Amino acid sequence: MGIESALGEGYLTTRLDKLINWGRANAAWPMPMGLACCAIEMMAFAGPKYDVSRFGSEVFRFSPRQSDVMIVAGWTTYKMSHAIRRIWDQMPDPKWCIAMGACASTGGMHRCYGVVQGVDNFLPVDAYVSGCPPRPDAVIHALMKIQDKIKTEHSVLLDT
Amino acid sequence: MSLELNDTLQTLVDGLTENFSDKLIEVYQSSGDTFVRVEADSILEISKYLKEKQHFVFLCDVFGNDRYTSDERFEVVYNLMNLRTQTRVFIKVRVEEENPTLESVSSVWKAAGWNEREVYDMFGVRFENHPDLRRIFMPEDFEYFPMRKEFPLLGIPGSIELPNTTPDTE
Repeated sequence: MGIESALGEGYLTTRLDKLINWGRANAAWPMPMGLACCAIEMMAFAGPKYDVSRFGSEVFRFSPRQSDVMIVAGWTTYKMSHAIRRIWDQMPDPKWCIAMGACASTGGMHRCYGVVQGVDNFLPVDAYVSGCPPRPDAVIHALMKIQDKIKTEHSVLLDT
Repeated sequence: MSLELNDTLQTLVDGLTENFSDKLIEVYQSSGDTFVRVEADSILEISKYLKEKQHFVFLCDVFGNDRYTSDERFEVVYNLMNLRTQTRVFIKVRVEEENPTLESVSSVWKAAGWNEREVYDMFGVRFENHPDLRRIFMPEDFEYFPMRKEFPLLGIPGSIELPNTTPDTE
């Protein structure tokens, strides 16, 4: 079917790196770290209208062991930061992180003593999404940026 | 200033004047609410009286207030409700900055337990005979009282620990 009829007796070649990255980029399962109102937009991002399954990320995993992208959606208190870091440490490599919304990126309007001023104080963030809260399209944009990043990474081959 | 008191509040003020005339400091109204300020050392007996004799059975809230004055700096306000007549009254007491201490009313209204923990956490007002006086929001090893006026809005850098970002080196 499909590709076989187009190729006939021929075959395709590619690099293993490329193939693995293609697989990883199109199956980036999110770890939903919904802490505040951004979590509602994150649900819309996964829901049928915006339909992130077009990008292979519809499988929200509530176990860190099965997820690849952590979406930190909402403001982070100092007390909560320890739980988030613990979950992040339990996620298997390779892993990526989206700081969704103003609060997760910079502390946002919560400029006070109890809130961490940006999750990049304790997490390596790959994509920051502006907005309060961001629209689901913006989160999809961040996911696509992460897909681009995954596609340029080395997976099995190392620079020697 | 004339007071507009309904029957419940009139009974309350009369009852307090009769039984606690030396503890009652002032009664005033503002924005449609009635405030009664009493001596700090009498808060427990007045609470018992209000609950048992005046049917103020519901403690909605307890909160603190930093007046930032040199004497009687902190104020603790009890928001009470009479559920028979749906009447609200605020009872206020003031305490000194140096070693602020109050008698806990959690033996009268059990709901006061967490509210008093919050006042302790934010202002450092200690409640005697409280069943479990620990911080409720801030980490237990936190050394400051964040709602006091002298505490900076953004907190004191390094006073709350962030998670270790290199877990293998613990």
